[in-house]
Amino acid sequence: MLEILSFGPNGWGMQLLLGTAMTVAVAVSAFALGIVFGALGAAAKLSGSAILRVLAELYTTVVRGVPELLVIYLLFFGGNGMVMAVARLFGYDGFIELNAFAVGVAAVGLISGAYSTEVIRGAVRSVPHGQIEAARACGMGRALILRRILVPQTMRFALPGLGNVWQLTLKDTALVSVTALSELMRVAHLGSGSTREPFLFYGIAAALYLILTTVSTAAFNQAERHANRSLRRA
Amino acid sequence: MWSSLPRLLGGVPLTLQLVGLALAGGALVAFGTALMRLSSNPVLRGIASGYVFLFRGTPLLVQMFLIYYGLGQFEWVRGSFLWTVLREPYWCAILAMMLNTGAYTSEILRGAIQSVPHGQVEAARACGMSRALAFRRIVLPVAIRQMLPAYGNEIILMVKASSLASTITLMEVTGLARRMIAQTFAVFELFILAGAIYLLINFLAARLIRYAEWRLTPYLRARA
Repeated sequence: MLEILSFGPNGWGMQLLLGTAMTVAVAVSAFALGIVFGALGAAAKLSGSAILRVLAELYTTVVRGVPELLVIYLLFFGGNGMVMAVARLFGYDGFIELNAFAVGVAAVGLISGAYSTEVIRGAVRSVPHGQIEAARACGMGRALILRRILVPQTMRFALPGLGNVWQLTLKDTALVSVTALSELMRVAHLGSGSTREPFLFYGIAAALYLILTTVSTAAFNQAERHANRSLRRA
Repeated sequence: MWSSLPRLLGGVPLTLQLVGLALAGGALVAFGTALMRLSSNPVLRGIASGYVFLFRGTPLLVQMFLIYYGLGQFEWVRGSFLWTVLREPYWCAILAMMLNTGAYTSEILRGAIQSVPHGQVEAARACGMSRALAFRRIVLPVAIRQMLPAYGNEIILMVKASSLASTITLMEVTGLARRMIAQTFAVFELFILAGAIYLLINFLAARLIRYAEWRLTPYLRARA
């Protein structure tokens, strides 16, 4: 058993480690992409334009109501076609092959973004309106209000919700293994196939996910404490 | 596009079975786990928190593979009566989903039980109810009412999670959609159809929960 997991030429230690690194890379990129989508989605949902509101509502309803696996299949099988169709609009006719990492990040980011939209929207709404009025009364422009008043407080209010979204995102990356991207789950699958030790490999994968979720929960708690250091608790 | 709809709809009964059985089993698991977590016995509390920690901290896909591929590796599992259940991907998927939702639901239930105002329990005790009777008649009904919105989310998560059963060869809606995409390359059509099926199921589930909430809170309705 130890030989199977060693870092030597016959061991799977290195692959498992690289797989974990890939999982973290996918999760972090998808989470970041999700925050971008979430900020755009929240802006659209809170905007005055009815079209934008409907589009954002459609995005969050569909992505949150449809299985993650289906979204991943959509981008995995349909992503190339979509990118090529967009490229054709700009006059490029060649074949474009997306790599598995980009597809995985896009798919998980899309899912993560739908949840982030709701979190960020709620956080923006909880900034007291009087503060915006006060800022305007002080003569601040819209951009300055956004940068100095709205964004800093939104970030603080959104932190607990985003922590939950991060947990979801991290666990959703396991589904990307169906696209043959060699993240943790895929490595465990390959390892268990070639060594006939599925329990060992999936058990180790589970343990590694557990470590990732536990460490990141602690990190988010720390970040929350840091963000709330100016608040006095009753 | 519409020609593939009947084939996809053929997967709906399996999806509903997976969700229904997993939720039913998960509710029992959650009830037991919540009671263990609230008990004064540190061993029971430890076991329950360990279970919740394990199943909430790992992806459902890992849990499913661990049960389906992992347990079959052991000779003593294959030799025992368990094998009649564990060699079927159907029961493995249900078992994994059941244990997964059980962990999440137990936390929802625990929160709901703890949110029952203590004064109500005291009042029940003062009326002469035993602890068990007060739990059955006062705490549990109030807690179930309290947990309904959160449990509605859990149902929707389980509907979506049932799609993972396709990774262990079950041909429910997502499995059929995937197979038909590989055959016809009609990615968007199939995504739209399968997605619409899931959205409809989730919409109905949400309405059902809303209705249950309405039924269980007659005192909150405006008087006619």
